[in-house]
Amino acid sequence: MSGQSHIRNLVVIGGSMGSFPVLLALFASLPQEYSATVIVVVHRPKNVKSQLEQMLCPDGRLKEPDDKEIMQPGGFYLAPQNYHLLVEPDGTIALDTAETINYSRPSIDATFLSAATAFGTRVTGVLLSGANKDGVEGLGAIISHGGRALVQDPATAMSAIMPGAAIEKLDGIEVYAPEEIITALIKSDIEYKNGKTE
Amino acid sequence: MMGEISDDDLRELVTLVKSQHNYDLGNYAAASLKRRVGRYLSQCGISFFELKYRLTNNQDFFPELLEALSVNVTEMFRDPFFYRALKEKVFPILATYPVIKIWHAGCSSGEEAFSMAIMLKEAGLLHRSRIYATDISREMLERAAAGIVPLHAMKDNTANYISAGGTEDFSEYYSARYDYAIISQEIRKQIIFSQHNLVTDYVFNEFQLVCCRNVLIYFNRPLQDNVIGLLTQSLAPLGFLAIGLKESLQFTSHYAKYATVDAQNKIFRLRG
Repeated sequence: MSGQSHIRNLVVIGGSMGSFPVLLALFASLPQEYSATVIVVVHRPKNVKSQLEQMLCPDGRLKEPDDKEIMQPGGFYLAPQNYHLLVEPDGTIALDTAETINYSRPSIDATFLSAATAFGTRVTGVLLSGANKDGVEGLGAIISHGGRALVQDPATAMSAIMPGAAIEKLDGIEVYAPEEIITALIKSDIEYKNGKTE
Repeated sequence: MMGEISDDDLRELVTLVKSQHNYDLGNYAAASLKRRVGRYLSQCGISFFELKYRLTNNQDFFPELLEALSVNVTEMFRDPFFYRALKEKVFPILATYPVIKIWHAGCSSGEEAFSMAIMLKEAGLLHRSRIYATDISREMLERAAAGIVPLHAMKDNTANYISAGGTEDFSEYYSARYDYAIISQEIRKQIIFSQHNLVTDYVFNEFQLVCCRNVLIYFNRPLQDNVIGLLTQSLAPLGFLAIGLKESLQFTSHYAKYATVDAQNKIFRLRG
């Protein structure tokens, strides 16, 4: 089923406010030719004016998608305030206003779980600094569907609860400092592209 | 852990509902529907097999399931800046009609209809407005008609009201009873709540403003197109259509019929 989509590699990243410095560094480092699709879910206030996508990625590559928008390779998407962001196996983004999960909408678990079931081994989940356990269950689903799981080293995180809970509960995760996470994402994209041309 | 069902389970459910109840869930947004079914199973503590059994052997069960699958999360003045835009860009035109007719399609427990009535009242327009608020869920409509809003939500609702540019003391619009706030009769008296299914029912009146916010996201593109068609037919010439902030007309065949009034707040107007 995951063969139906044009999305080859999907990186889903979750965190709360403490993850902003890491995300800022990430988007400043990802090269123009980066080919994976990136979805960012951060816990954020609702019913406020916000330019978070500009703040996290001043070069304008990160956008808040509309419902039913089709994800693109190399496209960067930020879950909008007050919506859960889900993905369909055909690469469509589906937004949802259902109940909060772990007091959060957008919820990291909701996005991770839907990415895992829709794209399986093509998914890399990244859990950054965060103040509750949202994302842990979703990261577990990514692992059990054959995807890769990266977690920020709690010692480097502004809030260690989220990455700490993942490390405690899950097997098969890679624990990295922020700059190592960035390097790992860029490296796996280069490897993917090299593998494809050989 | 939420109940989880596979894509194959979902397909099986869609086929079963179609054959047993002649209702097409196949045009609902799959990712959301899957989550709703999973949630329903874990809430009831039943297996997917049990769900299929009930659907097959109990004719009364399907309406109950359909209600449970619809999302009824709402708040007063959700997206406060949308309401500001309505007041500034739409109300002055609505004010030129002797009777203002508004439809809230998919109103859930009524919070958006109450919000609209409050805005109209503060603009001096409520007494000549008729707000039709419809939903698929009888249970939600009953709550809405009684004007019941959970008390714990009133703090957020009040903050939203202020951000929306409300000019009065918000607490004047409701009275607190135990765990509930009851929206005042004065606000509710121009609202007519009734059952309507956007997927299977038809045009029932003509409106100068139709609000259908965060309902389309639960449908796939072909069904979105049909529903936007129904909303379009329900509009008076030069009528206004408001959809959710992250919903889009662009993916529908009706896009060219509309001019954009406010792109960010997703307010459109039928071209003449």
